[in-house]
Amino acid sequence: MDAKDLNVVNKPVIKMDALGLACGEPAFTDDVEFKGLLCGKILWSPHAHARIKKIDVSAALKVPGVKAVLTCKDLPRVPHTTAGQGYPEPSPYDTYTLDNKVRFVGDRVAAVAAETPEAAHEALLKIKVDYEVLPAVFDTFEAMKDGAPVIHDEEDSKNIPDAKHNIAARFDFEVKNGEWFKEADHVFEHSWKIPYLQHCAIEPHVTIAHFDNSGRLVLRTSTQVPFHVRRIVAQALKIPVKKIRVVKPRIGGGFGSKQEVLEDIVAALALKTKRPVKLEYTRKETFVSSRTRHPATCRLKAGVKKDGTITDAEMEITLNTGAYGSHALTVMMCSGSHTIPMYRVKNNIRFIGRSVYTNMPVAGAYRGYGATQGFFAWECLMDMMAAKIGMDPVEFRKMNYIKLGEGSPVFKAMGEGREGVEQVITSTGLFEAIRKGTEEIKWAEKRAKYAAQSGPIRRGVGAACMMQGSGIPEVDMASATMKMNEDGSFNLLVGAADLGTGSDTILAQIAAEVLGIKTDDIIVTSSDTDITPFDVGAYASSTTFISGGAVKKTAEKVREMILEVGAKILDQKKEELRLEGGKVVAKDGASCSLSEVANTSLYYYNQHQITASASHFAHTSPPPFQANFAEVEVDMETGVVKILDYVSCVDCGTAINPQLAEGQNDGAVLNGISHTLSEEMEFSTNGTPLNASFRRYKIFSAADTPPLRTFLIPTWEPAGPFGAKSVSEIGINGPLPAVANAIYNACGIRLFDAPFTPDKVLAALKKRG
Amino acid sequence: MKQSTSPFVLKCRVNGVSMERELPSSRSLLEFIREDLGLKGTKEGCGEGECGACLVLLDGRAVNSCLMMAVQVHGKELVTIEGIKGRDGGLHPLQKTFMAEGAVQCGFCTPGLIVASEALLRRRPKATLEEIKLGLTGNLCRCTGYEKVLSAVGKARKIKK
Repeated sequence: MDAKDLNVVNKPVIKMDALGLACGEPAFTDDVEFKGLLCGKILWSPHAHARIKKIDVSAALKVPGVKAVLTCKDLPRVPHTTAGQGYPEPSPYDTYTLDNKVRFVGDRVAAVAAETPEAAHEALLKIKVDYEVLPAVFDTFEAMKDGAPVIHDEEDSKNIPDAKHNIAARFDFEVKNGEWFKEADHVFEHSWKIPYLQHCAIEPHVTIAHFDNSGRLVLRTSTQVPFHVRRIVAQALKIPVKKIRVVKPRIGGGFGSKQEVLEDIVAALALKTKRPVKLEYTRKETFVSSRTRHPATCRLKAGVKKDGTITDAEMEITLNTGAYGSHALTVMMCSGSHTIPMYRVKNNIRFIGRSVYTNMPVAGAYRGYGATQGFFAWECLMDMMAAKIGMDPVEFRKMNYIKLGEGSPVFKAMGEGREGVEQVITSTGLFEAIRKGTEEIKWAEKRAKYAAQSGPIRRGVGAACMMQGSGIPEVDMASATMKMNEDGSFNLLVGAADLGTGSDTILAQIAAEVLGIKTDDIIVTSSDTDITPFDVGAYASSTTFISGGAVKKTAEKVREMILEVGAKILDQKKEELRLEGGKVVAKDGASCSLSEVANTSLYYYNQHQITASASHFAHTSPPPFQANFAEVEVDMETGVVKILDYVSCVDCGTAINPQLAEGQNDGAVLNGISHTLSEEMEFSTNGTPLNASFRRYKIFSAADTPPLRTFLIPTWEPAGPFGAKSVSEIGINGPLPAVANAIYNACGIRLFDAPFTPDKVLAALKKRG
Repeated sequence: MKQSTSPFVLKCRVNGVSMERELPSSRSLLEFIREDLGLKGTKEGCGEGECGACLVLLDGRAVNSCLMMAVQVHGKELVTIEGIKGRDGGLHPLQKTFMAEGAVQCGFCTPGLIVASEALLRRRPKATLEEIKLGLTGNLCRCTGYEKVLSAVGKARKIKK
């Protein structure tokens, strides 16, 4: 099969929820009214590290309108992780709904439910907490030293590899084929740093906990992982899974932050008050107390021969996981497993990974998931090695990147939290992506032109290549159900969680392609744990590949059922029939409509509902590839870096919906650019956040945005639905290294510490002399 | 944090309809729109006037409803996303182009972006790309990278002409 044979897939079908969203229809968690809704609020820790000696809530309970005040004494003490991952989660069980210890400024202390926000706020002020303030540690390398404050000194946490040294996760891996760096003509060793970064979904975390008419708890919540929310809330509050229903309405962006299960506390407030309760984070709370990207120090040491062969590579990554180890192991492993296979390393490979507790905000899943941290180091080092051996950095990459049919020992050794799977590359458009990108950015011409510049304004071009995965092989699973209606329309029920990505639309396109209909005839429901079948959720770039696979299988089963009924109606052999244009069509041209098929099955003959379900998981995770190119202008006097042009060439296999795929990539790239030039969460010396607002934490607006040019490079991935691979995350990994390399091309300085603010540029220029 | 008890009788036009409502003078405009009027298209993304998800038109100008008090719209004309319509009462050109260009991803910021674009195009029907970018600086979107938003506004500009 080929993309040109497709009728619905690979077409820019308008996103099915766009009309309602553009008209402001009440689609989101907080857009519905609940009678008697209480306002939930949380008391956050003012200390980075403290034991709660005593909490007095008596005055808070006396505030008129206050219905409940919860402290750790009111709740079961269940160690769990907030990481919304498959069971058993590979993150340590080190978190309690409420604890008698606080581990960062912004940790939960107590929770309140009241009739009005004002009453809830007043109650928070009246909770008297007696803290025993403990020494705190904010730096990962300090935290690992003997004698550092132990952040998780509780006895009942589970799966912390070395609590005494604050190590939340570790993983080491080595391939040894001889003496280290023996063959290398040049050896490089540098460290790259990424600070605290926040997702900044414009819709904050919000949940409404209420009860259905049989008293079951319903969580209407802005989540990427409805089924994991159900399971983890059940675990944390010790209630049966069957007593909880999780409903995901439209979601106002997530980017990984809503892969975090924070719904336990509002569920507890609802259970306590027997009233519906809403908990909505403020923007400040979203910054501090939801989740962040893992800050990282990535040391990379590699050897290269004069002919361009990479001989050895040692990667040591130290992630700051903050106060809790959410995604601590898996983000760390992905920083290596998504990057090291990118280039052939001839002799020795070593990966040393640590995720370290500090008394800082909690890191978690964030688009890119470790690969962002890893590729910053790798792609900058590739540029340095090329410069040293006098090769064009693009040619150097072309010589070394993983080719069709090639594998890597890393695929098998490093999975997500456990051993991975062996795989070889079964589709790649990287060669064409590089060709297209160099042409669009005018690589050769500009590299030559910018080689010798003087004056206060210098320009440069830089490149970066990267890969990601498509779901977690042999871990992620998705399922779908379809049923047919009288008019030949279908309900498609998926557990996949559209969080604004357009997955409902692309899943409908996949089903429509199989059934020979238009997406208008498919009604998608996603995701409701009472109604839709299971899906791990929207993360790990899995939805198109894994959930798409489930939908395709489901639609194929439905197709068979339709053809069987059609064969009866037309009195023909089933094998001679096909679905086309909303009809069952025979070779001789006879046909019947899908509506006739539905009515026949429902009302007339051998009555049955045409319906099917299917599940899908994968044995491989075919990587999408990208080549990115940045052109920058550096003001040598002010240190200001401006991006003039950004070209991003994307191999995501078949783009199920090219317009939505481009949109995914544009958004990922701009988020990466914003990381590169602007974003950084700042803290005082005692761990207090200093810029937890959009006013002080600057994300790019339209006026800041350089021209972003996304080009889709079609390939056909045999394992994917209609040749598709993932697209959502990969684009965020490019800007840090592409821009760093462009800055080097412009003015000869190397930047190792994101973001590239004017002060850092000026300092590097001064150091260079 | 005590709410003021002195009620205020607010008279204004909302989406073309005259209305009169008694409310506490401490009510924010955003609360008034979402809670009292039940118009949920206007969103709160930050509560401090930085993200633009709460933009509404007040006498034709885009304002952050989270930063204003409800009483400030007394005697004025308020238009929310629910009142943004085409001349024929159907979809507004911006709504059509936002859909067609793929400018709607999660859609949480979309009402604010459409309100900002409408305010801009009313003022400057032939706005250049640079002017559109500047006109949207008060709106944050984390999904789209703005590319498709800018082309949607650009195309709507042509329809309006």
